[in-house]
Order: sequence, then structure tokens, then C-alpha cells
Amino acid sequence: MDGLDTLKAKYLTAVAGASDESALEDVRLQALGKKGEISALMASLGKMDPDARKAAGANLNLLKDEIDAALRAKKAGLADAALDERLRSEWLDVTLPGRPRPHGSIHPVSQVMEELTAIFGDMGFAVAEGPQIESDWYNFDALNIPPEHPARQEHDTFFMARAADDARPPHVLRTHTSPVQIRAMTAQGAPIRVIAPGRVYRMDMDQTHAPMFHQVEGLAIDRNISMANLKWTLEEFCRAFFEVPSVELRFRASHFPFTEPSAEVDIRCSWEGGQLKIGQGDSWLEILGSGMVHPKVLAAAGVDPTQWQGFAFGMGIDRIAMLKYGIPDLRAFFESDLRWLRHYGFAALDMPDLPGGLSS
Amino acid sequence: MKFTLSWLKDHLDTSAPLDVLTEALTDLGLEVEEVVNPAAKLATFTLAKIVHAEKHPDADKLRVCRVLTDEGEKQIVCGAPNAREGITVVLCKPGDYVPGIDVTLGVGKIRGVESHGMMASERELELSDEHNGIIELPSGEVGDRFVDWLAVNRPATVDPMIHIKITPNRPDALAVRGVARDLAARGLGVLKPLAAAVIKGGFPSPIAVAIDADLKAKGCPHFAGRTITGVKNSPSPDWLQQRLKAIGLRPISALVDVTNYFTFGLNRPLHVFDAGKVKGTLRIHAAAGGEEFLALDGKTYTLRPGMMAISDDAGVESLAGIMGGEVSGCSDATTDVFLESAFWDPITIAATGRALKINSDARYRFERGVDPAFTLTGLDLATQMILDLCGGQASDVVQDGAALDVSRAYKLDPARLISLVGMDIPEAVQRKTLEDLGFTLNGDMATPPTWRPDVLGEADLVEEVARIASLTKLQGRPLPRVHTGVPRPILTALQVKERTARRTIAALGYNECVTYSFIDAEAARLFGGGAEAVRIENPISSEMTHMRPDLLPGLLRAAARNQARGFGDMALFEVGPTFTGGEPGEQSLLASGLLIGFVAPRDPFGSRRAVDVFDAKADAEAVLAALGAPARVQISRKVADWWHPGRSGAIGLGPNVLATFGEVHPRVLQAMGVKGPAVAFSVAIAAVPEPKAKTPTRAALTLSDLQAVDRDFAFVVDAKVEALTAVNAALGADKALIDSVRVFDQFTGEKAEAQMGPGKKSIAFTVRLQPREKTLTDAEIEAVCAKIVDKVSKATGGALRA
Repeated sequence: MDGLDTLKAKYLTAVAGASDESALEDVRLQALGKKGEISALMASLGKMDPDARKAAGANLNLLKDEIDAALRAKKAGLADAALDERLRSEWLDVTLPGRPRPHGSIHPVSQVMEELTAIFGDMGFAVAEGPQIESDWYNFDALNIPPEHPARQEHDTFFMARAADDARPPHVLRTHTSPVQIRAMTAQGAPIRVIAPGRVYRMDMDQTHAPMFHQVEGLAIDRNISMANLKWTLEEFCRAFFEVPSVELRFRASHFPFTEPSAEVDIRCSWEGGQLKIGQGDSWLEILGSGMVHPKVLAAAGVDPTQWQGFAFGMGIDRIAMLKYGIPDLRAFFESDLRWLRHYGFAALDMPDLPGGLSS
Repeated sequence: MKFTLSWLKDHLDTSAPLDVLTEALTDLGLEVEEVVNPAAKLATFTLAKIVHAEKHPDADKLRVCRVLTDEGEKQIVCGAPNAREGITVVLCKPGDYVPGIDVTLGVGKIRGVESHGMMASERELELSDEHNGIIELPSGEVGDRFVDWLAVNRPATVDPMIHIKITPNRPDALAVRGVARDLAARGLGVLKPLAAAVIKGGFPSPIAVAIDADLKAKGCPHFAGRTITGVKNSPSPDWLQQRLKAIGLRPISALVDVTNYFTFGLNRPLHVFDAGKVKGTLRIHAAAGGEEFLALDGKTYTLRPGMMAISDDAGVESLAGIMGGEVSGCSDATTDVFLESAFWDPITIAATGRALKINSDARYRFERGVDPAFTLTGLDLATQMILDLCGGQASDVVQDGAALDVSRAYKLDPARLISLVGMDIPEAVQRKTLEDLGFTLNGDMATPPTWRPDVLGEADLVEEVARIASLTKLQGRPLPRVHTGVPRPILTALQVKERTARRTIAALGYNECVTYSFIDAEAARLFGGGAEAVRIENPISSEMTHMRPDLLPGLLRAAARNQARGFGDMALFEVGPTFTGGEPGEQSLLASGLLIGFVAPRDPFGSRRAVDVFDAKADAEAVLAALGAPARVQISRKVADWWHPGRSGAIGLGPNVLATFGEVHPRVLQAMGVKGPAVAFSVAIAAVPEPKAKTPTRAALTLSDLQAVDRDFAFVVDAKVEALTAVNAALGADKALIDSVRVFDQFTGEKAEAQMGPGKKSIAFTVRLQPREKTLTDAEIEAVCAKIVDKVSKATGGALRA
């Protein structure tokens, strides 16, 4: 058996001394390979008598297992060492920038339109649309603004060119979203609840005016909708839109041809330190016009004013966007200055919804 | 509309403080724009008395005064010649702001002598231009507030001016009296009765009046006047001048000031002719056209046919209801006048005023509507005032026509009113409100007063009652939900697609723009627009003359502006309407993206490369996929001429074009001042068909356990053979077995031609075979491959690359 101990010592020493995987493989072949020393001894067992074979076989197997285990352990150790060595060479400057990826943005007008839709959609208002080149009937007459009305004569309506042989009055670029009231009621009748956001046009361009801007119209017609319902609806809207715990609105009597009674609506706010805060303070800020839909307007849209009543309101989308997000200049909305778009824009996945909060 | 508090109090007996009145006005719909309270800037000044005055030791013209004030005796150096012992003066103390010299006082030292404040002149307090000396008051005690002294002794100087915005429906509130009536109805005082003036004429008017028949029917139903002889036209009294000045009018002469006083006080515009310059009868008629008229504003106007004029034998003397004439105007030398009070048709006045671009206080009122029943009363009241201020004798009234009958009545339905407003206003209050506003109630029928042309139906009664009741007090009441439970979806399919397109393009890295719907003619023409039908008749600038035919011109202009700011690379997009014609509804919704410059900034990894057509195509395809467009589409080269003819395409379903992509034509870029390259895409959102599936349920997923087999092919084809031809041919080789065909390489250009011959290129694609039932044998695979080679060769005219 001394022979086996010698063998064992020889190969364990050889395993320990192997410096890389190929040297280790050489050792394995010498010992355990088909033509290896231990394999040869195994083969010689067949010539022994059964008793001797049993004892020698057991010892040989033991030796084989022992060498095999040593080989495996050494192999794993060599692999670890090799990996460690490789990792030591694999150094990158991780302060380099990541691969560039474009960042798009959503315009504040689009974002606010979706916020409006989220809030009013929850209250059962659908979204109605109408043409932006509009006939003067829809833009004026149907809204109880007769041709001689001062509002129609103010020099702020854009007119479309009219061919000399066309006797119709020229079409206009809609000056408000109110004609959509008529179109929606004509198409759907009453009861109805819609908002109508969209582009409107007026001949006005200065520090605070652009010849195109955005309005949202609201319309709710049913059997007994009152001005008190209008106030509640607007309070709920403002609270949700401005994302404040509460708001206070003030209705002031006013005049619009298409509503009666009519009210301008102010919201309580403060301007402390030049910062607008909605819902608190001692100032009032005018934010929209509203009223009960004029019976003539209902009639023009084919809705019987003795049976149906309701409210309408209109407000500037750009304006409430400016108030909510602190955007200073209306005209910049339409300038497409990349710096502005990136600063005031919203991420593609910032989709306003009520459960998550509109702007979070 | 401007007036002063004292003027208001001529009509309203009230003890309400100014701020209560102004708050009520705004609430009533007479929105207060501005309150100028002259007392505010004088509030700190007090009365004081000079107890001793002596010459300044170092200045001949200065005096050192000891002045008794509410804070004891002070030393003040004063340069006024009248500064002397015993007089009562107005004291401005250190710390006070003196408006006339725009200075906040401190303790000063004048030539070595300390001075604790100043004694003011009228000019220094902006009371008048008087500056010959300091104010000497004939009364008052040391320590009294100067504003209190003024309120008693010179009330006009501290009379607050109130400026309110009048909505076009309220001509009655263009009179101080109308404003007072609203406040009285609100309960803030009592409307004082209008003093009656019945003038007994002493003689027939030497000037007669006659309205042409056509105008009497429409235009001028009623014209009245009278001659007043022997007047003396001098400056009007101080109180009248002060009032007119306070509301921004320049006092001219007593006669003119009286007409202005009636215009603002009672919404009764009047005109005074110098009777000595009127020749013959005053005829009210429609202009024939071409008459020249020198108006009081010094300008000559040429009348157009139909404009209303007042003429005498010499010609047009007045542009009726708008502006009087220079020739027959009053001057200091005027001794006889003809005073006119008439009712003019608002629409005719408005049309004339607009056409001639004359904005006068008379036009403003007549076009909104004056009280037709007040023509004669107003004439008498004004006559009385002229007689009071200028003396003279009044003739009988001459008139033609009669007061317009505006009587009408509407039903007051108290229950409906409550239902509309949502406030519980008792019927008795509703009726009283209307009566306070001048309505006459007969049972449930309400007749509006003659000064309220705006009241034209039951809804107007509701508004009047609600307005006076105060909408500020309105309490919100919940709007009942249409459906109980979870809200239903409310967007249409197209609205959802519009949103999806917008969010998808932003997610692809584009910045959303909102550009104007109107563009300049040149840009419109470059994009197939600019037709007469989409031209704006009255554009606000030459940059905004035509409705846009496409979104790209707006985006390109935006890109040029950004390039001018130093931004070379950008991805801009817009989702919005374009206009195919000038009729309502001739608009369509597009989503367009524009890529310019490089896809990425310079970086260590070489990510930077110029944008190309395949970036635009990939983005267009991503948008179409998000909108649910089918995967199998056709690519056509038929595109509009603002695209690069060789580097653009249209993605379609049959004849239906869903999207266009490509390089923008270099000539278009140059015309629009954009530095290229620029690629773009446009998706016609509405053209994308609705998905066929109507339920959210997905089709079952079928997975094969059998291994798919990939085989690569390369073909040599003519350079202009399109890859899609080869792909479609390959797909057609075995529709059951071939799962996909994907191009993975093309080899073109000089090197390719050197290898494969002139005009040739190679395209390589990989075909994936997906067995469904059993593993494919080599023979089966070979058979399919042979078929693919055959089909592709036939379709492309090419050959398998050796």
C-alpha cells in the first residue's frame, strides 16, 4: 500500500503545483486519463483473486476520488483566479455619459386639455368638437349676436375671403368655442353635457394677446339645471384643476349675448411675493365667463327652451395653464422655442388622471 | 363710464361709504375699473398757523417761521412771499409725500437753518396751478386734517372719481342716474326724483325742423329742439368744470359743457347750433353721398349714401347723432342757439360711425340706445340749465315725428326664476326689484322701462332679479351625476387616436409645438395651399394670410427660428388641424414630426449620425402601430412635391394613404431658410382604420414546440429594385410555412458594382420557417428554399448571389 500513498502524494503535489488549466489537465490525464497511472492500476485489478481485488479496488477508488476532488478544487480555484485577473483589467470610466436618448415633450396646452377632460369626464361631460372656419350663423346669429351687435362689430373677427360671385356672408375664424354648443345640441339634443376645447382666433396681438389662442366651452342642459349647479361645477373644477384643498369663487353679474343671467367668475387668490396662490388671500382673479344658456340659443339649436335649461361657460386654456404652471407670456406658447418647450413641456408618460393627481 | 361720488349723490340719497358702493357696482355688473380718490394723496396734511416769521439770516428771499402744529411749535424755512405771522397754512411734515413736487420730505437745513417740513402752495398739492404763494386758509384750526377742510369748503377737490366698465347691453348705465338707480334697487340709498323743468316758450322758434319721410320710418323717428336767444356763452361755473375735468373732459364753454353734462348725467346727448349760422329749416335726411362735412373735430368727412345728416340751406350742418359741424358750432360770440334733442336709430348710427371711424360720446350712446321717452324732458331740463347759466329767452319747442313706442311686456314666472338661478328669492322681492328698476308690473306681466332696450324677454327679467339679488351670494349646489357609479368613457375613437398619436410621438423624443393655423402665402404655396378660399380677408400680418394646408410649414418655420438661436439638432412635432378648403369642416387632423440635423449629440460612442429617411419612416410606423394600423401596408412613391422625389414614400392601405415620410425637398428647405438635412413624417390620424376587434379579448396565443429554422439569402438585383418586392415574393413562396422575412443587409455603390457589375446591388434577407406539425426534413427545407429563390428571382429579375 505504500505504493498508493506514494502515488497519492505525487499527484496531490502535482495538482497543487499546476499553474494553469492546461497543466492541470496534464496532471489529470497522467493520473486518471484512459492511459493514466491510476487507470492502469484499475485495469490490473482484473488479474487479482477476488479477496485481494476487493481490498485493492476499494483503496484505488478512494485514491481516485481523492485525486479527482483535488483536481476539481484546483480547477475552480484557477478559474476564480483567472476571472479575478480579468476583472482587474476590465476598468471603465463610468463617469462617461450614458448613451444619448431623446427626450420628447407634450405642449402645456395639450396637457391642460387632457386635465380638463379628466375632470369633466368624471362629471359626465363628453368632448365635442367643431370646425375652426365657421359660418357667421354658428359663430354669431345662433348665439344671439345679431349683425348689428357691438360684439360682432368689434374689429377682432378674422373673415375668410369670399369669392365675388358668392353672395353668402363671409365665413369667420371662430372667435370663441361657443358655436360648438350649437353644433353639439343640434346633433345630440338634450339632455347634454359637453366640453369643447379648441383653437379660437381674434385680431389681437400685443404683450398679452395672440391672434390665436385656446378656449374650453362647457355646456350642461337638462330639465332643471340652475346657476347654483353651475357654481358648484366650476368650484369642483377649479379645486381639482388647481390641485388645492379648496377654492372660493365669486360670481359677478355681467353680460354675454348667449347667456342670461350671465356672470363673470373670479377666484380667490393671493399674489404674495409675486407668487400666485389659488384658494387663499385677499385678491380676486377673473378666470372665466359663464351663465344660463339664453332661450334663443337653445331654440337656435332646436332645443325647446320651455322644457330644457342649463348653463354654459367659457375660459381660456392658455390662461389657466399660465396661472397653474406659472408661465409668464402667452405669445411664447406659439413660438416653438425649444428652450421653452423643454422647460414648460410635460413628459410623454405624464398622463393626467384623477387617482394619481393631475400633475403628479 | 366715469363719474364722481358727488355727481352720483345728486341722484342717489345714500350714506353708504365709497368702498361699499364700489363693491356693489362690481357685483351688479357695473364693474369698477378704477377709483381715483384725490383725498388719498392729501390725507397726511394738516392745518397749522405761523406764529412768527423773520428774515433768514443768510437769504433775503427766505423767511424762518415758527409754526404752531398739532405736534407743537416747529421751525420751518419758507420762500413764499406771503409767509407771515398769523396766517393759517397747510403743513407737510417730514416723512410726507408731496405730490406736486414728487418729493418725500425730510428734515432739511436751508442755508444753515433747520427746517421741519414745508407749507404748501396749491400747485404743490395739485389743487390748481396757483404757485404765487403758500395756501392761506380763511378758516380751520391747527391740527385739522386738510382733506376735512376741503370736503367742507371745496368739496369738488376731494370728490372721488369712479370709472366703471359698461357691458353693451346697459345704455341706461351710461348715465350717472342709471348707475344710481341700480344702487337704489340694491338697497344702497334712495333714487332722488328728477327735478321737473317745464319751460314756457315765449315765441315761436325761428328755426323749423323737418324729418324726411324715409328717415321718419327708420332712422330718426323723433327730432325736437328750440331756439334760445340772447345767451351769453362764457366759461361754465367751477362746479361744472370740476366735474367734467374729473371724468377726463375738457371744459369748453357753458353751452358745450351743458351738453356734455347731460350726456353723462342722463344719457341724453344734445347738440347746440349757433342759430345765427343756421340758414333756413333744419332738415333731417339721408345723405345722397359725396357731401363734404367739416366736423367739430376739425376733420372733413365725405358722407356716403344713406348716412343721416342734418342740413340747412347751406348744406350739412351736423352728422346726426355723431358729431356736430364746425360751421354752425358755438363760440364765445354766440348769442342765439338752437338746442337739439333727438332719437336716432342705433344700427344706422353704428354703421355711420364705423364707416367714418368717428368715436364720439354721442355715437357711443345713440348706438347702444338712449331713452326714446326722454327726448322732450331732456330738452326742457337742458334748456333750463342754459337759461340758468347763460341767460336768454327760450322759444316754443319745434319737433317732427314722435317718441318711438317701445312698450312691451314679458311674463314674470317666479318659480321658473328660482329654478334657473338656484336662489330662493321670494316673489315679493322679485317684484319689488323690478319695480325699483323702473319696470311696471301688471299681474304677472312686467313692462320694461323705456330706458332699457336690452330687456327683450323673460330671461332678461330673470337676469335683472338675480343681478340685484347679488350673484356673489349664490351658493353652489351639486350637479347630479348622469350615471351613478363609475364614470363612463367619454372620448370618441378619433379623440383617443389623437391622444395616442401625440403621446407616442413625444415618447419617440419629439417636442410638441403649437403653431399658428395661419401662415404666409409663400409657405402655404410650397405645401399645395394658398388658394383664395383659404385666404383671410383681414389678416393681422403678412405672415398670417392663409390657413395652413399642412403642419410642416409651421414646423419648418419653428425649426428655422431655433436654428437661428443656435440649435442645430431638433425633433419637433405638432398634432392639429390643417385646412383643405374655406368651408366649415374642410379641415383634417394631422400628426407631423420633423427631424433636423443629427440624431444625437457628439458622444464617446459615436452615436452621432445625420438623421435620415429611415428615422422618419420608423417613427411613422411606430405611430401607425400605436394607432392600431394593420402591419401589412403598401409603400408607394407617389408623394406630394414638397418631398424629396427619390427619398420619400407614402404608407397606404389600398388607395387610403395613412402616412407620408421622407426627406423634405431641398428647394423647400432653402425657401423656408432651414439648414438641412431635414426628414419628416405626417400621419393622417382619421385615415387609420378602426381595429376590427370590438372586444378587449385577444385572439388565442398559438405556440409551436417545433424549432423554427432560419435561412439567409442574398440576391444580386438591379440597383432600383425595391427590397419590399423581394420580401413580398419570398413571403409568397409558402404562406403556411414562412413566418417572417426580414431584410438584414444591402450592398450598394461603387464597391458593389465592382463586384456585381454596373447598376447592380445586393440585398440580403433572412427567412424564418416555422413548422406547425412536424419537424422539417432537410429535403423539405431545401424545397422551400428553392421555391423562394425561384419566386424572388422572377419578381426582381435578379439572381442568387454566388
